[in-house]
Amino acid sequence: MRVALFATCLVDTLVPQVARATAVLLQRLGHEVVVPPGQTCCGQMHVNTGYRREAVPIVANHVRAFAGAEAVVAPSGSCVASIHHQQAMVARRAGETALAEEAEALAARTYELSQFLVDVLGVVDVGAYYPHRVTYHPTCHSLRLLRVGDRPQRLLRAVRGLELVELPGAESCCGFGGTFSVKNADTSTAMLTDKMANVLATHAEVCTAGDASCLMHIGGGLSRMRSGTRTVHLAEILASTEEAVAPDQATAPAVSR
Amino acid sequence: MSHVFLGIPTAPRGVGHLRGDRPFPEAAREALRDGQLRANLGHATSTIRAKRAAVVGELPDWEQLRAAGRAIKAATMARLDEHLLELEARVTERGGTVHWARDAAEANAIVTRLVRDTGADEVVKVKSMATQEIGLNEALEAAGIHAWETDLAELIVQLGEDRPSHILVPAIHKNRAEIREIFLRTMPDVDPHLTDEPRQLAMAARAHLRERFLRAKVAISGANFAVAETGTLAVVESEGNGRMCLTLPQTLITVMGIEKLVPTWRDLEVFLQLLPRSSTGERMNPYTSLWTGVTDGDGPSEFHLVLLDNGRTATLADEVGREVLHCIRCSACLNVCPVYERTGGHAYGSVYPGPIGAVLSPQLTGVEDNASLPYASSLCGACYDVCPVAIDIPSILVHLRAEHVEAQTRLTPEAVAFKALAKAMSNSRLWRTAQKATRLGRLLARGRPILPATLPPPASQWTFSRDLPTPPKETFSEAWAREHRR
Ligand code: SF4
Repeated sequence: MRVALFATCLVDTLVPQVARATAVLLQRLGHEVVVPPGQTCCGQMHVNTGYRREAVPIVANHVRAFAGAEAVVAPSGSCVASIHHQQAMVARRAGETALAEEAEALAARTYELSQFLVDVLGVVDVGAYYPHRVTYHPTCHSLRLLRVGDRPQRLLRAVRGLELVELPGAESCCGFGGTFSVKNADTSTAMLTDKMANVLATHAEVCTAGDASCLMHIGGGLSRMRSGTRTVHLAEILASTEEAVAPDQATAPAVSR
Repeated sequence: MSHVFLGIPTAPRGVGHLRGDRPFPEAAREALRDGQLRANLGHATSTIRAKRAAVVGELPDWEQLRAAGRAIKAATMARLDEHLLELEARVTERGGTVHWARDAAEANAIVTRLVRDTGADEVVKVKSMATQEIGLNEALEAAGIHAWETDLAELIVQLGEDRPSHILVPAIHKNRAEIREIFLRTMPDVDPHLTDEPRQLAMAARAHLRERFLRAKVAISGANFAVAETGTLAVVESEGNGRMCLTLPQTLITVMGIEKLVPTWRDLEVFLQLLPRSSTGERMNPYTSLWTGVTDGDGPSEFHLVLLDNGRTATLADEVGREVLHCIRCSACLNVCPVYERTGGHAYGSVYPGPIGAVLSPQLTGVEDNASLPYASSLCGACYDVCPVAIDIPSILVHLRAEHVEAQTRLTPEAVAFKALAKAMSNSRLWRTAQKATRLGRLLARGRPILPATLPPPASQWTFSRDLPTPPKETFSEAWAREHRR
């Protein structure tokens, strides 16, 4: 299959290794990966902060960039959820009916990574090798908006060498919430603290998730605490093999400071 | 597109408890420092969450019930005017008197006058959100009438000269030891050996209240439901104090938001299943009181129903936001909210805290008077999942954020930044340039994997508690383009 990769603005700019891992994984599974050069952002941050009018041209750009794609895959539950639930809505509200329809049609062909692997490609064992103790945080938008269910855990359980430990209080929000993390920084940090306590209680080396944004938040907190536990995106784990370990981690442990 | 007509009044300022005195982030910062509060809330909300999950899990048709609840509410709101007139006609037929109150000030004036007319200088109260919303107790007090709260948690709040912090359990922020201390300090005849054992505390409250029930001539209640076709009012409760108030005094005054009605008696079937399981985590609540007008020789001989608008019609005019009027005040959304669980209810300023408060208060007052509330959420969606009438709270939060942004007449620095960013994100060539600018961060990092912890605002709001990774040398799309150049 020819898969169009939507890197998402945050991954592309700050954690490119996550997009790289997604591409490597899909290629290893025998698919052609294209990265449409016109892509920027899904518009979620604008919509969720109240700038829904300003989001309309961003949505238009997204729809243009991916026009004609057979399937679009993104390593982010949150961005895919926004594509599914928000893009057409803001376009329609702005009176852009045609754009709304195009966005809806594109959304129907857009998948979060774990859903694409399990539901579309029908694979659970992607042939990965990752010899680490790992805990999985189900991010809110993957869990409640996309309903990815246990797909990520099924993928992780099939990884050779990986020991998956259950995260207590897994379904509680980590406190990221986009601009919430700065507009309500104290509350966000209080939520993060409890999430980190649960992550650390697992004694996992790695906390993984399907959203680089939440991981940047959790990883940023773990790094600040000089914790040895680091955050690694699901795509990076699934891309790892005996021959090629994940190149970099989203947030390196803060020992070099 | 929806239009809020400027002519529809919102809840007025200066009366009632829908507005806080400072923005949420500021109030939350203080609450988060209160370790006792956080321990009390964490314990209480996790207990009730588990209870709710267990009893909801028992019902195979829960999702259908939710859908039915939502559908009934939506249909009711679509013809609210007709249903209200029908309710008025039925209540009047059965010997009750209906009063229409445009806002809090009118409602307070009506109730004060009604109590005065009876000659009473005190009233007993059933726990009611509507009367908290309008600040009725303060209004009565100003007229020389004392209102006794009879719900245990509401009594604790009243005796402690505190404010309610939860829709269902107003004293959820207090633990047993703190309650014991309040009782010892404020109840005149309390046993000085009172312990913090729940039964002892309940018995002390019982003794304190019993005397008031027996001598009260006037009771004031809210209502959980009103049935338009029969003119019946319903109060759902756990302690029996409501039943006492609704039956013993000669005069009963009920203050009810106009959105609380259901068209038919049969509709109660749905809500009386949804409400207790969602709110207290019980299969059925201990007391459900239903009354229709007045009945000779049985209960109050005078019944007044005050129908309160106070911003509800304005809310109804918003196509997206009107869904909040479906709320049955079960408080399930508060109990699952990760923000509420940590900040508690007082941080929201309004008597309606938590997720529902964050979408209801700004609509009742007009969004500019509660502009920080729609942002008091990480949009995790837990509230939507548990809401028994499936109110899509996260979408309404996002909608109200936009209403706030669009209400600004001056360009804020944030708006300038978001507009510039939107421009860049709408054009990939501009965007690639903007992405390169983030590389300036590499200079700050000076070779380290993370940026310095002391960045200027607004970045400081991130870095005060979280490290920020140093931006990479090359974005993924640049690298990919370089590798795939032909
Ligand atoms: S919004 Fe829903 S969950 Fe929250 S109090 Fe109202 S009915 Fe209950």
